[in-house]
Amino acid sequence: MSLDKATVAKVANLARIKVEEKDLEPMAAELNNILGWVEQLGEVDTADVEPMTSVAEMRLRWRADEVTDGGYVEDIVANAPSGEDGYFAVPKVIE
Amino acid sequence: MGMIIQGATGDWEVVIGLEIHAQVTSKSKLFSGASAAYGAAPNSQVSFVDAAMPGMLPVINEMAVEQAVRTGLGLNAKINKFSVFDRKNYFYADLPQGYQISQYLQPIVGEGKILIDLKDGETREIGITRLHLEQDAGKSLHDQHPSMSFIDLNRSGVPLMEIVSEPDMRSPEEAAAYVKKIRSIVRYLGTCDGNMEEGSMRADVNVSVRRVGEEFGTRCEMKNINSVRFMQQAIIYEANRQVDILESGGTVEQETRLYDPDRGETRSMRSKEEAHDYRYFPDPDLLPLEFDGAFIERIRETLPELPDPKKARFIKDLGLSPYDAGVLVAEKEVADYFEAVAEGRDAKLAANWVIGELFGHLNRTGKDLADSPVEAPALGDLIDLIKDGTISNRIAKEVFEEMFDTGKKAADIVEEKGLKQVSDTGAIEAAIDAVIAANPDKVAEYRGGKDKLFGFFMGQVMKATQGKANPGVVTEILKPKLDG
Amino acid sequence: MSDLTKLTIAEARAGLEKGDFSSRELTAAHITAMTASKPLNAYITETPEQAVEAATDSDTRRAKGEAGKLDGIPLAIKDLFCTKGVLTTAASHILDGFTPHYESTVTANLWNAGAVMLGKVNLDEFAMGSSNETSYYGNVVNPWRREGDESALVPGGSSGGSASAVASFSAMGATGTDTGGSIRQPASFTGIVGMKPTYGRCSRWGVVAFASSLDQPGPMARTVRDTAIMLEAMAGFDPKDSTSVNMPVPNFEAAMTGDIKGLKIGIPKEYRLDGMSEEIDTLWQQGIDWLKAAGAEIVDISLPHTKYALPAYYIIAPAEASSNLARYDGVRYGLRVEGKDLNEMYANTRAEGFGAEVKRRLLIGTYALSAGYYDAYYLKAQKVRARIAEDFKQAYLNVDVILTPTAPSAAFGFGEKGDDPLEMYLNDVFTVPASLAGLPGISVPAGLSTEGLPLGLQLLGKPFDEETVFRAAGVLEEAAAFTATPTDWWRG
Repeated sequence: MSLDKATVAKVANLARIKVEEKDLEPMAAELNNILGWVEQLGEVDTADVEPMTSVAEMRLRWRADEVTDGGYVEDIVANAPSGEDGYFAVPKVIE
Repeated sequence: MGMIIQGATGDWEVVIGLEIHAQVTSKSKLFSGASAAYGAAPNSQVSFVDAAMPGMLPVINEMAVEQAVRTGLGLNAKINKFSVFDRKNYFYADLPQGYQISQYLQPIVGEGKILIDLKDGETREIGITRLHLEQDAGKSLHDQHPSMSFIDLNRSGVPLMEIVSEPDMRSPEEAAAYVKKIRSIVRYLGTCDGNMEEGSMRADVNVSVRRVGEEFGTRCEMKNINSVRFMQQAIIYEANRQVDILESGGTVEQETRLYDPDRGETRSMRSKEEAHDYRYFPDPDLLPLEFDGAFIERIRETLPELPDPKKARFIKDLGLSPYDAGVLVAEKEVADYFEAVAEGRDAKLAANWVIGELFGHLNRTGKDLADSPVEAPALGDLIDLIKDGTISNRIAKEVFEEMFDTGKKAADIVEEKGLKQVSDTGAIEAAIDAVIAANPDKVAEYRGGKDKLFGFFMGQVMKATQGKANPGVVTEILKPKLDG
Repeated sequence: MSDLTKLTIAEARAGLEKGDFSSRELTAAHITAMTASKPLNAYITETPEQAVEAATDSDTRRAKGEAGKLDGIPLAIKDLFCTKGVLTTAASHILDGFTPHYESTVTANLWNAGAVMLGKVNLDEFAMGSSNETSYYGNVVNPWRREGDESALVPGGSSGGSASAVASFSAMGATGTDTGGSIRQPASFTGIVGMKPTYGRCSRWGVVAFASSLDQPGPMARTVRDTAIMLEAMAGFDPKDSTSVNMPVPNFEAAMTGDIKGLKIGIPKEYRLDGMSEEIDTLWQQGIDWLKAAGAEIVDISLPHTKYALPAYYIIAPAEASSNLARYDGVRYGLRVEGKDLNEMYANTRAEGFGAEVKRRLLIGTYALSAGYYDAYYLKAQKVRARIAEDFKQAYLNVDVILTPTAPSAAFGFGEKGDDPLEMYLNDVFTVPASLAGLPGISVPAGLSTEGLPLGLQLLGKPFDEETVFRAAGVLEEAAAFTATPTDWWRG
């Protein structure tokens, strides 16, 4: 598998990272270098292996349904680059 | 009955599948301890977790798990003792984490089925594909500022159940019946309040068309529809749009479309659609969700009687018609009200009063059952007065009117207004004699064979007694007197 | 009074207890050292005033007989831990000006034990790096230099600021986080001890996430005992972290009995890499001999999937990161670079806010999860990960701990491994497998390279058996008797 320029552009868009046109080609080369090296994983027989998703051999703990958090709007918006009246603000979204 | 669109080239069948998002009834959010209540000041019900502050982690709310299982049981569905939370990755202003925690390949509830209630008491089975738990997003407000959208994260992280149906529906009416049935079930179960106006229930509607009996066509999805009426309009518009495309030799593109209720049309949301690739993967901040059979059984034991079994019981044990039974079980509150009225009384009579008079008055005045001025015991008392002959059915309607307007008790109204039915044969006989004496010609005609005039005499007697005469007693005395 | 900064935590604790000096004096000495260490660029944010205040409070507590286990000990905190009211950057431009209104569980535990914060230390941006060259706040410099050479060396990464601060005596200890070796490798590069506990031992709540299934906070200090003291304070069950394990925290210090007679030490043959430098191999053999001499039994083991750990790691960690770092979008905190619409604002913010290495990993991770590639990359890597974990499980049926080198080389110079990211990634070749398996591991300074740079040996343990790791590490430390310190050239 090899990434071309268009794929890099698509992936960059998915990741919402602006990549200049001139940087697409070198970026594709860099990513291909890494992905080419990763290809060796294909050598491992994983036919009957369950994918590992957690190292802890334990069960998910459940929380009691109680209101124990929230109610501090000032703390929530304190670091916001833009906002008003307790809201965050973003460039207008037209639907 | 399926909806058939007659095109120039032949008939088309409409195929509908629904994804219903139902907010889980709980105090707190799916993965944080902030309140899940509706309508608070902006960002006041937001924890650092809900705002996706750096380093924040999710911890699951046990109530959400329990409610999902309860709902799954209510949908006659397979409960999965092992399920997985995945991240659905996409950027949006009201999605602070940049991903929604949802369940993708391994949902908490698998296949099930429900019956939907159609016209004339008919039912149809609709398959449930799955139910999974997921987080709601926040809310964007676009009308507060000329160049900015405002973000309120109060809803961010509120627990939702997404209930996915099979593409089993064939008409807008069936889709509407399905939504109503799901709403009815979750409300019976207490797992969602079903309030579509506040957004605690919303539907994504998938519509496609096909030649009758052929393979499914390409579907379009209309998201976030929050009224049954709009949903039906959207289906009709969308199905016709697809037929027009296909008949003119085009192909339907799979896409998300927006229903605009003001214009009554759907339109493409292609801008939002570009390069959707959700990159699902198991959330590494959470472990798989696991529970045992005993947990499921404990919940099963607490299930209330659901609308379908209740309907069957009303038909079988109480002798109601399928239609009446269907109407009475649709809302748990109605069913409870009816059962309180019918308790120890004539169930059919109780059903008639609830469906006829009570619903009629509620509709006319725009009231909900919860605000009804006539509570179940009061209506029961009224029915008792009819049964024991204190008042006639006709008078009872007058009394009910008064009860509804004033909230007074039936017996008090009857007493105050002197509406008690007259069964005193002496008084009735005197009235009958007066009527016969005043209408000699009519008596002669009757005796000459014009039987129909009996009704006239009945009417005159009732009029003379201001409707209070017991009609049975009147007939008993009047008949022999006229027959002479 | 002798230089208080040269004390170990254990010694300082004893001195404070005896009243030889106060926490204020101890802290003041470290503030002076911190200020003098500016050329190392170890600290992003210094908090001397808060440190003095905390030290004063500590002295008050001690006077009342209420001193905690780390009371009055000045520490540096990796700037990946959210600290209430103190700028937290993850060494990234994208977190510009971010001041958390909450405190991470691990640092809260440290303050509850009485520790004093000197400041927030530098790291690779979002902990992505092995040389501390990716920080927005500039490179961290290793206090060590090659003999007779004044060129600056990297401190390793990502916890390079923590390592540099501890090695330069400008903090008694520091918190680190380890995702693929970020505690152990810099410890090795700077001649200190770094301990990565079992995944789930320390809470991740309030630690800026890199790769959630791998990230684990841990202590860095100048002796094994000091890391044991620190870990005991840092660790513990946290209901706010669903992956935190509900187990009692043992007395790690007490586990250091000095007795490893009969302990089975595994030596994995797959760690003997082709082309590995002679001195690393020699040091490893030296370590084996030391442990053997102390009565341990040496067992040759095989971890057959070792060579696949790095490529698996470089899919899994970036994939998780691509999702974890999606929250840095310019909406609720940190940097925002405007654009003509929302999507352009995102893309501009993230292009300017993230550095080159972070972007590279986010793109790789996004690609590895994308439709059509998920099975080939992410799923495959997670399956390989399961194999690697199984390798360790099998090995631990026969051994108690595993001994390996920590890193394939000593510290290197800036820019020496800049061109090919793969060459940089190879730094983690010995540390990544245990990270994938979630196992505890420690790096202990064991000797000097021919160029006079410190080299570490790594001991890996069974899950939640940090006690045995500390026990063996204590013996290894004693045998190695590593006492070398860098010359304090940075003081000018």
